[in-house]
Amino acid sequence: MARKEINKSKVTWDYSPAMESSSHINLKKKYDLYIDGKWVKPSSGKYFDTINPANKEKLSEVAHANDKDVDKAVKAARKSYKGVWSKTTPAERSKYIYRIARLMQERAREFAVIETLDAGKVIRESRDVDVPLACNHFFYYAGWADKLEYAFPNRKVEPLGVAGQITPWNFPLLMAAWKIAPALAAGNTVVLKPAETTPLTALKLAEVIHDAGLPPGVVNILTGFGDTGAAIVDHDDVDKIAFTGSTGVGKIIQNAISGTDKKATLELGGKSANIILEDAPLDQAVEGIVNGIFFNQGHVCCAGSRLFVQESVAEKVIEKLKHRISSLVIGDPMDKNTDIGAINSKEQLDTIDKYIKIGLAEGATMYQPDCVLPKTGYFCKPTLFMDVAQSSRIVQEEIFGPVLTIQTFRTVDEAIQKANNTPFGLAAGIWTDKGSRIFNLASKLNAGVIWANTYNKFDPTSPFGGYKESGYGREGGLHGLSAYVKLK
Amino acid sequence: MERLEVLKTYKIYIGGKFPRTESGRFYNPLNSKGEQLGNICLSSRKDVRNSVVAARKAFGGWSERAANNRGQILYRIAEMLEGRKTQFIEELMFQGSTKKAAENEVNVSIDRLIYYAGWSDKYMQVLGSINPVASSHFNFSMHVPMGVIGVVADQTTSLIGLVSNIAPVIAGGNTCVVLSAENLPLCAITFAEVLNSSDVPGGVVNILTGSPAEMIKPLTTHMDVNGMVYSGNDRSTIKKLKESSALNLKRIMTYDEDWIKADAQNLYMLSDCQEVKTTWHPIENIGGATSSY
Repeated sequence: MARKEINKSKVTWDYSPAMESSSHINLKKKYDLYIDGKWVKPSSGKYFDTINPANKEKLSEVAHANDKDVDKAVKAARKSYKGVWSKTTPAERSKYIYRIARLMQERAREFAVIETLDAGKVIRESRDVDVPLACNHFFYYAGWADKLEYAFPNRKVEPLGVAGQITPWNFPLLMAAWKIAPALAAGNTVVLKPAETTPLTALKLAEVIHDAGLPPGVVNILTGFGDTGAAIVDHDDVDKIAFTGSTGVGKIIQNAISGTDKKATLELGGKSANIILEDAPLDQAVEGIVNGIFFNQGHVCCAGSRLFVQESVAEKVIEKLKHRISSLVIGDPMDKNTDIGAINSKEQLDTIDKYIKIGLAEGATMYQPDCVLPKTGYFCKPTLFMDVAQSSRIVQEEIFGPVLTIQTFRTVDEAIQKANNTPFGLAAGIWTDKGSRIFNLASKLNAGVIWANTYNKFDPTSPFGGYKESGYGREGGLHGLSAYVKLK
Repeated sequence: MERLEVLKTYKIYIGGKFPRTESGRFYNPLNSKGEQLGNICLSSRKDVRNSVVAARKAFGGWSERAANNRGQILYRIAEMLEGRKTQFIEELMFQGSTKKAAENEVNVSIDRLIYYAGWSDKYMQVLGSINPVASSHFNFSMHVPMGVIGVVADQTTSLIGLVSNIAPVIAGGNTCVVLSAENLPLCAITFAEVLNSSDVPGGVVNILTGSPAEMIKPLTTHMDVNGMVYSGNDRSTIKKLKESSALNLKRIMTYDEDWIKADAQNLYMLSDCQEVKTTWHPIENIGGATSSY
């Protein structure tokens, strides 16, 4: 009875807008490439626009680097590796990285606002998650620079040389921090390319790195498209490729470097299971489901995009979930009330829409709350799919949007089997009150990160990365160092 | 009258059983004196696939064995090898080793097994971590086995390379499909017999004789193989391994080592075939009491 009442009561809380100001940010009209400590024009002379996906307005334009620019950047990185960075004592290296962390912290609000404008993610998340984590990542790895021998028992640790790094558009600044901080701490120099739809915070980071007084060429930041990334991957004098992005591109990269000695770490896609057992605290679990799939509009490689609910509580959980998502605020990412912001790009919105159509064509039952989307910009309603099969494409393939599939199970064994039945292995969520059950599931789920009674938590000290087709290597923590060192 | 010697039929090792290759094919490698080593199984891609199935089936049980038990089993392999020392020395000499070199190779192989037996219940402590996250969570990382590993064993030795390549893989809870030295196959076959009498569950190690050039492709393109260990330095083979591994993003581990050296063993060869799993759980953080009470 009570449950039906929940369903009927349409939630109509009104919030007055609480807009974050963008008056204090500095954005140039045009950004060049940051190579060898200088801002240089792209050799092609080409620039492209970067827009705010929430209103399609142009924010700035950035340079499109080609293979000549990449070559210039790699040469600068090599020169500074040989001449300067490898001769800088570890303790001094450490202090440079601490400086970066501090300067970022001082400008944290500016970074958060620019991230929200450029990526469409809500200001609450960029302010409270992305930017603080990015700062802390530098702060954490800074301290490793002069302690590397403690991380690898019985071995001498050496840097690899020049690291080529390619970052995605879902956590632009945070991913740049994940890549650059351990690379520098281990003594490498860097050529980094941010994603084409979200280049601005990486360029702001170049400013911070410049202000921190890092020797020229230690970090080079090049904006561009896939061809720019390919030029980095294919460059002969790059020793290591670190890539975060789609599994498809990850496979192309592994193939492209197969004839070389380049080391690689690939942080790729996922289709992570979020498993709700009947003894779970259901209201907390519902919050966890929402955080799992709607955090950052579902643009999260470890998003809990496959929900598994034990049959005995499935009806109740789905009802609570529907009720909960009817109160999510979808709209302007700059509004501090907003829960779900803009989809990152038109291209991504098209992909999500394509999968929603596939889900409907496969016969799944769709639920979307009755909400009004902003008229301009790219937005998508939070979407649930019930009545899906393990073989459904929307269950098997990564959608990278606010779309959740819901399956049920009777036994723990069945949940484990279904959860593991995917080519991916990035993350998994477990919700239960029983400790021994957590450890049973945690040990049997094939995933690099297990969140028990929580979801989508990140920390610089906590290694992140997947099994199987979710890629290889770990980022974060002591384990993240091994991606950037040679052991002798 | 002198007794007629019973000749040995050389077999492969799949799922704890000793079949001949399903293909019925064989080859006759020669030793340095030009003598035939025997009718050795020229294993086929179907044998490779059967082995992967056996390895996958064995993975659950082996990976869930207590670390201590895995250590005991590796130690047991060493014991069995010690007991059959003479046979291995004879085989090595028949394949071209001097007596001294053969004795040394068997001794180092036994010691290598003991070395990794010891790591079985220690690497977790050395490599694992509790991570001091800023939020109110308990967070720890541990190493867990990668799964089914394809092993292209050292082609220049008959026993020590094979043992050095297998031991760290199984000490860490993986199962494997091993392509042995094509032209020095005798010890691989006898080593399978040692494994079979050492409480190693069937399917944990599967050993195929024949041509790696022929079998590498079905192994590296197999979607149920998680990683590949390659011992050697042939660049075109390494390239092929990496290329076909891109299909399902297998991890590729290559080692170019002189396995007979006492220090051609370390923790990192074991950790190379591990995945890092990190688990989070909230810590209740309500009420005012702190540890200063």
